[in-house]
Amino acid sequence: MNAQAKPPARNTKVMNRFDLTSRLVAKLENEEAVIGGIGNTNFDLWAAGHRPQNFYMLGSMGLAFPIALGVALAQPKRRVFALEGDGSLLMQLGSLSTIAMLAPKNLTMVVMDNGIYQITGAQPTPAAAMTDIVAIAIASGIASSAWAADEEDFERLVEQSMSASGPTLIGVRIDDKPGTGTTRRDPVQIRERFMHGMGVRQLL
Amino acid sequence: MAVAEQKTSPQASQEQGQTWHGIIQQTLKRNEIRLVPYVPDRVLTTLIKSLHADPYFTTFPTAREEEAVGIISGAWMGGMKGAVLMQTSGFATLANVLASLAVPYQIPLIMFVSERGTLGEFNYGQSLVCRTMRPVLDSLAVEHHTATRLDEFEFIVDRSIKQAITTQAPVALILSPLLTGGKVFDK
Repeated sequence: MNAQAKPPARNTKVMNRFDLTSRLVAKLENEEAVIGGIGNTNFDLWAAGHRPQNFYMLGSMGLAFPIALGVALAQPKRRVFALEGDGSLLMQLGSLSTIAMLAPKNLTMVVMDNGIYQITGAQPTPAAAMTDIVAIAIASGIASSAWAADEEDFERLVEQSMSASGPTLIGVRIDDKPGTGTTRRDPVQIRERFMHGMGVRQLL
Repeated sequence: MAVAEQKTSPQASQEQGQTWHGIIQQTLKRNEIRLVPYVPDRVLTTLIKSLHADPYFTTFPTAREEEAVGIISGAWMGGMKGAVLMQTSGFATLANVLASLAVPYQIPLIMFVSERGTLGEFNYGQSLVCRTMRPVLDSLAVEHHTATRLDEFEFIVDRSIKQAITTQAPVALILSPLLTGGKVFDK
């Protein structure tokens, strides 16, 4: 990551994905859904303590927000969180426009921005030095988009999103650490447990 | 299934003077499929307008077809059924999401693909893209049917939707120009 070339005046602390994910999960008291994007993002979600309301992606890079949008549309009374990496989001920036258009108020998106493809060898993303992802989200029509200044600010933004009148996007700058755990790669079990967690299925 | 058999008798659709897009709309409704994201296609225009005009449906454009697949997958897991509308070149962007989400997670992803690239195609690239579609579907053993006749169409759509849901597997319904008239060169 080329820190010197980062856009100036971004007064945001560099935090840690696992720590932030754990802080988020600790706040969940109403069976909120959490969609974990490909790679480290869902590894840390897994490591933060499995919940039946967690969905872990094992591929389809960039689809954490669209999957979360689908859950949010299906269950408008349930709060849905989506955790996505910056590189993943770059694959599917158009989804921000779709979310802005539909404006589900029960959707909170978190972008874990380390400016690198950590899992493939920490190569910088094309956005790393130049692009402000929160600015993209705002320009896409998601007005409630902000960088979290530090951990306390992150928790404040998460709480604020729970009663927001539209979708929320929270950008967090994170370090270059890999994920803490490794999700058990059983897609059918992941999906079935998640549907149980969503109250759609009964476990046999 | 007795009701389904009655409603999908091959003669029924022609006797009622139905259109292919009318059949899709009614059959989606009968199977409680409310969520219909799409990336548009000229051939699909009337269907898209009809779905927008019908308050039963939540229908909207997405920026990419795989985004629509993600939305449908999330909605299914949340208890809401959906289907995606696209054209052939849009399907060509889906190999990754089919192989890494819809098939391994066993999502009943219902795809309607307006077929371009054959029976009068005027753009060479479209005809090449079209040739990639069935090999991709076959390589993943995804069920697919090419609909060419109005009298069979309701049967194919209704049965395919029910099979997708009960077997938790994706299905692609390819709408041939023989059914829809397709898109012809008009400058």
